[in-house]
Amino acid sequence: MTALVELGGLEKRYEAVRALDGVDLSVAAGEVLGLVGHNGAGKSTLINVLAGTVVPDAGRIEVRGEDLTRGYDVTTATDRGIRCVFQELSLCPNLTAAENTRIVHRSIRGHGWHERARALIMATLDAVFPGHGIRPDRRIGDLSIGRRQMVEIARAFTETETPVRLVILDEPTSSLDSTAAEQLLAYVRRRQADGVATILISHLLGEILSAADRVVVMRDGKVVADRAASTLARDALVGLMGHVAQQPGAAAGRRRLDAAKVLDGPGPGGRHRLELRRGEVVGLAGLAGHGQTAALLAIYDRPRAFAAEAALAFVAGDRQADGVFPLWSIRDNIAVRSFAALRRHGLLDEGGVSELAETWRQRIGIRTPDVRNPILSLSGGNQQKVLFARALASAATIILMDDPMRGVDVGTKSEVYALIRQEATAGRSFLWYTTELDELVHCDRVYVFREDEIVAHLEQDEITERAVLQASFRADTEAVA
Amino acid sequence: MAAWLARTGVRDWLFAYVGAVTVWLVTVVIADGFGAMQTLTAGLGFAVFYVLVATGQMFVIATGPGNIDLSIPATVTLGAGVAMSVMAGSDAMIVPGFLAAIATGIAVGSFNYALIRALRIPPIIATLSSSFVVQSTAIWYGRGLSIKPPDALQDFTFARVLDVPVMTLVAVLFTMAMAVVLRRTVYGRSVLAIGQNPKAAHLAGVDVERTRWVTYTLSAALAGFTGALFAGFSGGVSLDMGAQFLLASIAVVVIGGTSVAGGRANLPGLWGAALFLFLLVTMLNAAGVGSGVRQLLTGVLIIAVITAAGGEQRGR
Repeated sequence: MTALVELGGLEKRYEAVRALDGVDLSVAAGEVLGLVGHNGAGKSTLINVLAGTVVPDAGRIEVRGEDLTRGYDVTTATDRGIRCVFQELSLCPNLTAAENTRIVHRSIRGHGWHERARALIMATLDAVFPGHGIRPDRRIGDLSIGRRQMVEIARAFTETETPVRLVILDEPTSSLDSTAAEQLLAYVRRRQADGVATILISHLLGEILSAADRVVVMRDGKVVADRAASTLARDALVGLMGHVAQQPGAAAGRRRLDAAKVLDGPGPGGRHRLELRRGEVVGLAGLAGHGQTAALLAIYDRPRAFAAEAALAFVAGDRQADGVFPLWSIRDNIAVRSFAALRRHGLLDEGGVSELAETWRQRIGIRTPDVRNPILSLSGGNQQKVLFARALASAATIILMDDPMRGVDVGTKSEVYALIRQEATAGRSFLWYTTELDELVHCDRVYVFREDEIVAHLEQDEITERAVLQASFRADTEAVA
Repeated sequence: MAAWLARTGVRDWLFAYVGAVTVWLVTVVIADGFGAMQTLTAGLGFAVFYVLVATGQMFVIATGPGNIDLSIPATVTLGAGVAMSVMAGSDAMIVPGFLAAIATGIAVGSFNYALIRALRIPPIIATLSSSFVVQSTAIWYGRGLSIKPPDALQDFTFARVLDVPVMTLVAVLFTMAMAVVLRRTVYGRSVLAIGQNPKAAHLAGVDVERTRWVTYTLSAALAGFTGALFAGFSGGVSLDMGAQFLLASIAVVVIGGTSVAGGRANLPGLWGAALFLFLLVTMLNAAGVGSGVRQLLTGVLIIAVITAAGGEQRGR
């Protein structure tokens, strides 16, 4: 039998990161495939390749036996019946469900298009989510997040000219209640009979195991397991996602329980308190986008709610959006957090600014001949070092880090890890959101986030990949809030 | 040379001076060499008013896309009215009059900021709507309309040293001070940081909201002050005296090399651009061109400058 979709040897690099490192994947018609992996495993890149939004560096894409590698894009994908529901909703909030449906169906045109689009989306909504209660003439922006997600999912299953052959659902149940989630999975299974295949990505492993025929596990840009769902249990799946060798607490033996608390407040969700002691490095773990950045911003914007006395500095992870001042030199980008402290007689002391920048260029190893060069002359990893230098050069003793190692090369990483350790020993405290499991070994304690709450607090000797993964992926047996 | 121009920022404002000199030379040729120095002297005097309002507008525009102060013309008028009525033609009341005009500006600027912050109105709408309020207040206030400026103020606005207006020399010193504020104070650097990326600025410890408030207040205070000075120069207050400053304040900022995308500003360019605008009008007058064409050319010029500056930024 010819596979519906056949991907061979896919490769994709982003700067130093191998997002896809030779991935083979085939999906048969009518199959439900579960795709799991921790952050950065390559799931998103893989489905983006399939959706036509990311062009791979190498590899082969075949749909129904036809080689489409050359010039494969969104139009090619949709023309072949491949639909994608991404985690970030893609509906236009100012339009109605019917109008949003029209956008993806060019054949609905001419007189009465509105009625036809409405009938199409309503029929699909009724089929997928019976009793959904969505009025098709409401603007999407006025709907609750759950109903928006329903419209988004239903729209992916609507058919006009091309039949739907494969639907990719990226965390589809994240904002659905349990009834709607069950309706969706039941619908996916019903459509199997029509030959509609589904790729399901979810952090709910129970959902994956019950809905999928086959489970593909990704890690570090590779497919590490490809098995029938019936042969897998939740624990085995968690084990496959992590690395085999794992020794906890590389930072062992240096934690000081008696050190003064520099942060102390109710953690998101209220189950655990969020505490940080002097000299501690505390990790915020969990899958990406489960409330870690929001927690850091809450502390940064309202430090009093966390009883913070000392100054805070923030190290942004999204350099372009949150960190870099593109018109300025490396020097000014380093010193900006310290401008107020570098005044003499009310004016910036240019000599002091240069001295500070030069000191940190050497300390943190920023690869530039001259700190007066523009910041954009640096590579991504070196720009990130500038952001670290900005925080560490300041008087702040509490450093909040928002997944700062994204897209940074291995060499830079190990230099920065050493620096963090050094600064912590000197008495600074770090709250470190990271999506990379490897980085948690540098932490004294870890809070694991899931669905905007702290769901686990791991002491030093409990920090293992397995424990973090267990907490990050919800079991179905747990009560749904 | 090119690298030096780029690094020092001279490249940003050189264009305005080249334009001013060119236009002046053309005017001199058209007029067969008559009145060359007089034109320049008049330009240097008149440029003071353009430069003062444009300084405030420049700080506002430098805080990033969407930031603009359209209430400047109304504030000029109200400031002039308040100053003239406080001065009441008396030399002794000149300083209190200027202080009253500045205080009026501070009130207007704070009101603008309150609209932008509390009601989340885009600056262009907030300052435009507040300008109606301010203009109406100026009309309602009405006083100062028939009052002559104090003699000492009028004398000051016409005083010259070697054909250069004294007022211009003082204003040059002021803009030099503002250049130091822009480059060497935490406030000035905060403006430039916010103009590049307000979120990054906030995360780098910049007090974004306080900086915005100071900026809108500075702009309106300068507009109020300019109103008082302009009333002294033109012999009194008229209700439409501020109108010319709307386009002028923006044009001078843009032609002077401040980036409308925010984060890049300079003060020398304001003088070049203000002289350029004044001399351009003089040249067109000398060539017998009507006011409609003059306005048209000014508009085309602004578009051309923004396009040229924008093209260079895309290439960076």
